[in-house]
Amino acid sequence: MPTRNTSDVIVVGAGVVGAACAHYAARTGLSVTVVDRGPVAGGTTGAGEGNLLVSDKEPGPELELALIATALWRELAELLPPQVEYEAKGGLVVASDEPGMRALRAFAARQEKAGVTSQEVPEDRLHDLEPHLAPTLAGGFHYPQDAQVMPAHAAAQLLRAGGERISLRLGEEVTGLLTGASGEIRGVRTTAGEIHAPYVVNAAGTWGGALAELAGVHLPVLPRRGFVLVTEPLPRVVRHKVYAADYVADVASGSAALQTSAVVEGTPAGPVLIGASRERVGFDRTLSPEVLRRLAAGATALFPVLGTVRAIRTYLGFRPYLPDHLPAIGPDPRVPGLLHACGHEGAGIGLAPVTGQIVAACLTGAAPPLDIHPFRPDRFAATAP
Amino acid sequence: MTASPSEPDVRAEPYDLAVVGAGSAGLSGAVTASELGLSVALLDTSSQTGGQFYRHPAPALGAVRPEALHHDWSAFSDLRRRLAASGTAHLPGHHVWSTVREADGTWTVHAVTGADGSGERPVRIRARALLLATGAYERQLPFPGWTLPGVVGAGGAQAMLKSGLVLPGRRIVVAGSGPLLLAVATSLAAAGARVPAVVEAAGYLRYARSPRALVTNPGKAAEALLHGAGLLRHRVPVRVRSAVTEVHGTDRVEAVTVTRLDADWRPVPGTGRRITCDALAVGHGLVPQIELATTVGCTTRRLPDGTLGLALDDLQETSEPGLWAAGETGGVGGAELARTEGELAARAIAARLLGRRSGEGRTGELRRRRDRMRAFAEVMAAAHAPGPGWQDWLTDATDVCRCEEVSAGRVREAVADLGARDARTVKLLTRAGMGWCQGRMCGTAVACLAARDGAAEPPSERRPFAVPVRLSTLAALDGDPAAPADPRPDAS
Repeated sequence: MPTRNTSDVIVVGAGVVGAACAHYAARTGLSVTVVDRGPVAGGTTGAGEGNLLVSDKEPGPELELALIATALWRELAELLPPQVEYEAKGGLVVASDEPGMRALRAFAARQEKAGVTSQEVPEDRLHDLEPHLAPTLAGGFHYPQDAQVMPAHAAAQLLRAGGERISLRLGEEVTGLLTGASGEIRGVRTTAGEIHAPYVVNAAGTWGGALAELAGVHLPVLPRRGFVLVTEPLPRVVRHKVYAADYVADVASGSAALQTSAVVEGTPAGPVLIGASRERVGFDRTLSPEVLRRLAAGATALFPVLGTVRAIRTYLGFRPYLPDHLPAIGPDPRVPGLLHACGHEGAGIGLAPVTGQIVAACLTGAAPPLDIHPFRPDRFAATAP
Repeated sequence: MTASPSEPDVRAEPYDLAVVGAGSAGLSGAVTASELGLSVALLDTSSQTGGQFYRHPAPALGAVRPEALHHDWSAFSDLRRRLAASGTAHLPGHHVWSTVREADGTWTVHAVTGADGSGERPVRIRARALLLATGAYERQLPFPGWTLPGVVGAGGAQAMLKSGLVLPGRRIVVAGSGPLLLAVATSLAAAGARVPAVVEAAGYLRYARSPRALVTNPGKAAEALLHGAGLLRHRVPVRVRSAVTEVHGTDRVEAVTVTRLDADWRPVPGTGRRITCDALAVGHGLVPQIELATTVGCTTRRLPDGTLGLALDDLQETSEPGLWAAGETGGVGGAELARTEGELAARAIAARLLGRRSGEGRTGELRRRRDRMRAFAEVMAAAHAPGPGWQDWLTDATDVCRCEEVSAGRVREAVADLGARDARTVKLLTRAGMGWCQGRMCGTAVACLAARDGAAEPPSERRPFAVPVRLSTLAALDGDPAAPADPRPDAS
């Protein structure tokens, strides 16, 4: 157990990624102090839907992460208490016309080579999977590996399962990094004092760029705002995670403009969650009626039965976004002892366990579960101020 | 002219002013603005004006003297008469769910009509200025048995009486804290109920610590005397520094336990006394209803009773230019203060829109009156602020959130074991406050339980939907069809 002011590693950020880093580090026997200026799951984790997806990812490094994470989540579901609400519900991607179906087929074929399981669902079988889908769709693909968890509990229970090796310091903001004579990490300074450790993990999510700056390094994490609409509780009318397929044409846009897509799913507690929007507007928390209109229109187009259902709440969050849409994971060669685990954009809940496993491997000198070169934190050239 | 509720959206031009809420503050603001020459739309959820304070029976009930249940009825009937004579477009039955500032600086008020039936329809009102007069709702603190049938809100009991002329029981204990309790007890007793006790958690002595606010508010003192006299006439005993700490009964209320409290509102062991009754009317003051304002980013201030009200400038404007507020939204203070603030705001709005100074004499008089009554309201709020010891009323099994059936034990676990530190993370980890009422009922209790020091930290969360809205209604909002779409889903 770490003493109050000294441990083997400090994780900055008590969101799901920080919790997973602490969890896997503790499993290797390290003592961990987790520091957050707010509560557990107080940032983007608390605003997420909890999707663990492979269906939306192009073959590439992010998909490799997602496939490992999918297996890890299955393991964690056995280990963690049921409040985590792990549900291997599967994803259903639907197309509105035949060209859309052709694009989906090509996409699924490429994903299959990378290890993703999917199955084409012809038009006349769609309603076996989702009885309330609109009758006019051309077909879709079923992805049985897609799953969901309850994000806040995922973070809280990952931390709790770490037992006495993890000590939590909440409501304490990191104001500076402590370094030794040759610039190596010695700990952090917080609003409540100093904490000492030879390693610091930056799991500050959307605020990861600011923490990197405290260490004197450049990491361009930007907030990308998203809204979720929440309906009144319903009996199960949406069984899978269901979304529209047009995305194949326009994956991974870096545009600052508002983009929306229909993503609909039920939850064990009853409410249906409706996403997703993306826009780069800084940390602006103002309500956008246009976003709500598009989300509602998209959802009712897929599920006409939702038209008479009431939205009781909407919330927003800020995805931590890096310019190439890949997270920063691993040691920072510019500052010995500093590791990064942030910038997962909208995939942080899903990719948390594999991120934690990589960080734990780096801390103990073990081999990470995959090639982490694509995620190296120093891959962005610092722009002139 | 009163616009027909079936076609209120016919105006292409914005109104000068949209007023949300037709209680004392909103009525006064709308009437004043209209008389000063502004075009005004007045929206309210109810079919009748008057808000909570002047709630009165629907005409169909045939009440002969609705004013018998109110004091100061003449002030209301005067406003009602002036409203009818003014050009104000009164839009009853309009549930406002959001207000948005447009790029050109005007406001759009989004509402639905027919929300109680199948004829729900979206309505949009545009206006150059906005006055929020949305009032307050009752604050509840949980205790063992508070979910039994027969336990009603104190304000709710009065509303039932004022609008439906019905009583929640025959033998009604009135409990909680705040000046409303005396008014409720007086009304219930006058309507024929037996009130075996008024149980007030605070002491009235704290008022005496601010003699200046008392002396300069003779009206308020008279009001208190009036209620005191009413209670004496009906032989209603008032127990101060006491609380109902448990409700007894199987299917409904049969009795309550009333316990003495110490200065921090901790129950004093061994002082519990059982009082037989068939109903309990309970409330712990009022919470400003400010969701519409906080959603657009208005600054709030913490009030002496631990609730949040809007931070307003000397002329009732919020931190968002063009958005004014009056009445309970700035802190609970009663109908007379609300009327004063409504008129003051309307005069400031007219001066801004018409580009001229309007009657400095009248404005100065209103400001002085407002300041005087506001000072009294703050004294009152401080006197009735819940002490941290109220949490000792709760057992771990007591439900805190009724909608989602979340017990105090689960909230405590989320704080002690799972890293919750505020109402939002307690909600995420327990679902407390996620149900139909969206935390209006349990918000105070959850915030207190989440705060490490036990002090009530008011929930400051923005709530984009002031009322639930159908998805088809949202989908029908006019949008910008030219904007690009990126259907890539969110992966977490």
